[in-house]
Amino acid sequence: MWTWFHRLGSPRWFYNISGRWLPWLAIAAALLIFSGTVWALAFAPQDYQQGNSFRIIYIHVPAALLAQSCYMIMAVAGAIGLIWKMKLADMAAKSCASIGASFTLLALVTGAVWGKPTWGTWWVWDARLTSMLILFFLYLGIVALHSAISDRDQAAKATAVLALVGLVNIPIIKYSVEWWNTLHQPATFTLTEKPAMPAEMWVPLLIMVLGFYCFFMVALIMRTRLEILVREWRTSWVKELLAKP
Amino acid sequence: MSFSSFSDFIHMGGHGLYVWVSYATALAVFVFNILMPLRLRKQFMVEQARQQRREEQNASHS
Repeated sequence: MWTWFHRLGSPRWFYNISGRWLPWLAIAAALLIFSGTVWALAFAPQDYQQGNSFRIIYIHVPAALLAQSCYMIMAVAGAIGLIWKMKLADMAAKSCASIGASFTLLALVTGAVWGKPTWGTWWVWDARLTSMLILFFLYLGIVALHSAISDRDQAAKATAVLALVGLVNIPIIKYSVEWWNTLHQPATFTLTEKPAMPAEMWVPLLIMVLGFYCFFMVALIMRTRLEILVREWRTSWVKELLAKP
Repeated sequence: MSFSSFSDFIHMGGHGLYVWVSYATALAVFVFNILMPLRLRKQFMVEQARQQRREEQNASHS
């Protein structure tokens, strides 16, 4: 178990193995997102109340789910970096920040665009929307903190602490629709119950969610590999790699 | 198929603008997340090549 842990901590090992995974993940992401989009836009039936604007769900829900998962991965990776001084965890945590920020923004924008025809307003200061906005600012804060501190280890420590403190926001987002009166509808998917929609509506949603997660892996691996090169450029294996062409 | 014609599909029963803005934003986010690391990687490669040349020059001068 521990040799596995140490190997995973080795940037060189990760660089090599992730290079092999990357094309497969990219193909999976492309296939899932493409088929999911076609299904979502052209084949899923209209919602009886919302008409076609409900098709926004196929972007909005996966983006919001991913935004929160990405935050949790970033916080956990940051904690691993803090506790075991694992460099690779620091790099992964840093890579998560801008990806997470972009998907949080996507969830907010699609939510606003969906809110207009459904609720009659782009934005309300209700619990779910406000806690998602806070998530976005947390991501931006982490990105800013990374660029403000030039010492890499210090930056990793500071952002990991900020990410861990901000972790309290995640259950707030999750339960905001239950704790407060909100315009936002409750969760579409739960682990214990069958979705309230018919299968021809939720199957493409599931495909999109899987596609978004595969895409996230691709983006995270791409950024982390770059981060490895930038930090390890003095080592002989990176020099060899860069010399190759 | 839940649409009878292509213009119906674009129109989305009056919600076309909302739906297409959402999907376009998603596309922009995907493109951003792929292009950013590629661009940064290219910059890093150019920088490294320059560094390499400088070191070689220094080595041949001394």
